[in-house]
Amino acid sequence: MLTGDAQKFYGLVFGIAFSTLLITQQLTIFVNLLERGASGVYNVSSADVWVMDPVSRTTDVSYALPSTALDKVRGVPGVEWAVPHIRAQASVRTKSGDLEGVAVIGVDDATLIGLPKNMVEGSSDVLSQPDSVIIDDVGMTRMFPGQSPIGERLELNDQRAVIRGIADATPSFTSTVVLYTKYSQALNYVPGTRNRLSFVLVGAEDPSQAKALSEKIERETGLKAQTRDEFARDGVDFIIENTGIPLNFGITVALGFIVGVAIVGLTFSLFIRDNIKQFGALKAIGVTNGKIRKMVAAQAALVGFVGYGLGVLGTLAFIWSFSANPTFKGFYIPWQIPIISLVAVTLILALTGWLALRNVLKTEPAAVFR
Amino acid sequence: MSEAPAICTRGVTRDFKAGQQTITVLHGIDLDIRAGELTYLVGESGSGKTTMISIMCGILWPTEGEVKVFGTDIYELSDTELVEFRLNNIGFIFQQYNLIPAIDAASNAAVPLIAQGMDRHEARERAVEMMAKLNIADQADKLPNQLSGGQQQRVAIARALVHEPRLVVCDEPTAALDASSGRRVMDLLREVAVAEDRACIIVTHDNRVFDLADRILVLEDGKIIHDGTEMPEEH
Repeated sequence: MLTGDAQKFYGLVFGIAFSTLLITQQLTIFVNLLERGASGVYNVSSADVWVMDPVSRTTDVSYALPSTALDKVRGVPGVEWAVPHIRAQASVRTKSGDLEGVAVIGVDDATLIGLPKNMVEGSSDVLSQPDSVIIDDVGMTRMFPGQSPIGERLELNDQRAVIRGIADATPSFTSTVVLYTKYSQALNYVPGTRNRLSFVLVGAEDPSQAKALSEKIERETGLKAQTRDEFARDGVDFIIENTGIPLNFGITVALGFIVGVAIVGLTFSLFIRDNIKQFGALKAIGVTNGKIRKMVAAQAALVGFVGYGLGVLGTLAFIWSFSANPTFKGFYIPWQIPIISLVAVTLILALTGWLALRNVLKTEPAAVFR
Repeated sequence: MSEAPAICTRGVTRDFKAGQQTITVLHGIDLDIRAGELTYLVGESGSGKTTMISIMCGILWPTEGEVKVFGTDIYELSDTELVEFRLNNIGFIFQQYNLIPAIDAASNAAVPLIAQGMDRHEARERAVEMMAKLNIADQADKLPNQLSGGQQQRVAIARALVHEPRLVVCDEPTAALDASSGRRVMDLLREVAVAEDRACIIVTHDNRVFDLADRILVLEDGKIIHDGTEMPEEH
């Protein structure tokens, strides 16, 4: 019945597709943005445990440790290796005179642990050269749009720095430009304070026992130690607790649901109203309410299937078409999101279908003769 | 013609509430509709003929009285039994056809068989056979909006007869047709819907086809005022 009325059929498909697109796309952006809160942790894939001052909360909200912390951690049984890691803010003046706030990350001099795993250009060995820094790829597009930054000289907190490589890194929540350098070099770039060590990165002898190791480190050093996953989770929680993002995205997702209910509900009601005589005729002939319910449910399922498919495809197209944009680097659709959208679509159809069907079920077959 | 009543009503009264008022549309109607006859129910608008036909075919409860269709007191049946009774025993032809626009003519005609649980393919085949009897088998694959009014009416007749009901109820079947098409439809109904063990009752006020009736009942203000083979002269 519904497929025979192209206008309403497409109206319903549009309503469902629009809702699915809005819900799926907004949830995808939300989740990916939240995960940016943990990008600092994800970019250092080799560390099993992060050790920090007890008041530190995330990779970007940390309190410096005394340098002796490194030796304390190295002395804990079960620690295979422990390296220093510094994260600090700095200002950089480019050749053209622009001033840009950057994050300076100092990685272990010997092992270079703390660098992202992959390089877009150049090799991590370039850090052995004097004044070398490696810029992250998203930062590069911000500071040097449309040109190669390799060889570019920067004035970093009044110190000379030369970009010699580009790292393939997940951008931070704020997409700040990140400059990686050796720990010893980073100490020169970052304003001098008594304590400058941000974290101690730890490799466990048995990575599967990282949780137990972190607890042991806490007991023996009095410092805060968290496994990689725990610390990543803290980064995400920090954004949830300290920004209006969940509320904003929540409102948009709710609007997607409400718009879906409005469009689909209205179109469904019009469809039922226009076909009430046909439904009445079916009831008079002897088609039971149960069969009419199944009939409408089958049509709703068809509309839902097509609309949902288009909505998810639309989200995929969005992610794909913006994949080259640094803002959306690494964005993906977590498998849970299409399921959430499917549940939302099912709810929309069930709710609107039920409301529309009430008229049919209440219709007396005798109405068909009037 | 058989003398056994296909429909037997005794004391059928029907009231409707209109605000505080109660309007009595039918006043204790006693009526026997015989099988093997083409019976017309005629009356002015508001005379109660739609209410009467609705009660006779089991889609509107009488306020009082008894209705037996082929011996079954239909308003003693449960809701489910009544729906099933209608599905198996009654064929409907509506004034506006009420065909389902999204499915083709044959599928429309097959609706009662599908509702009875018959396999769709088999139901369609049976529907096309019935359409062949009505000379519209070549239209089987067309959607209702691709058919003329007369063709749609024939599809509606095929739908009413495909499951071989014992009672066929028609509401103004010729209202939307020209005179010759109207007479052809009536001839068709006589041919396929009237038999020894079947009855056909038609609500109409189309005087172009009054001469084709076996029996004419005239309803006025909720009462049968005429029962004969021809229309009374004053009408």
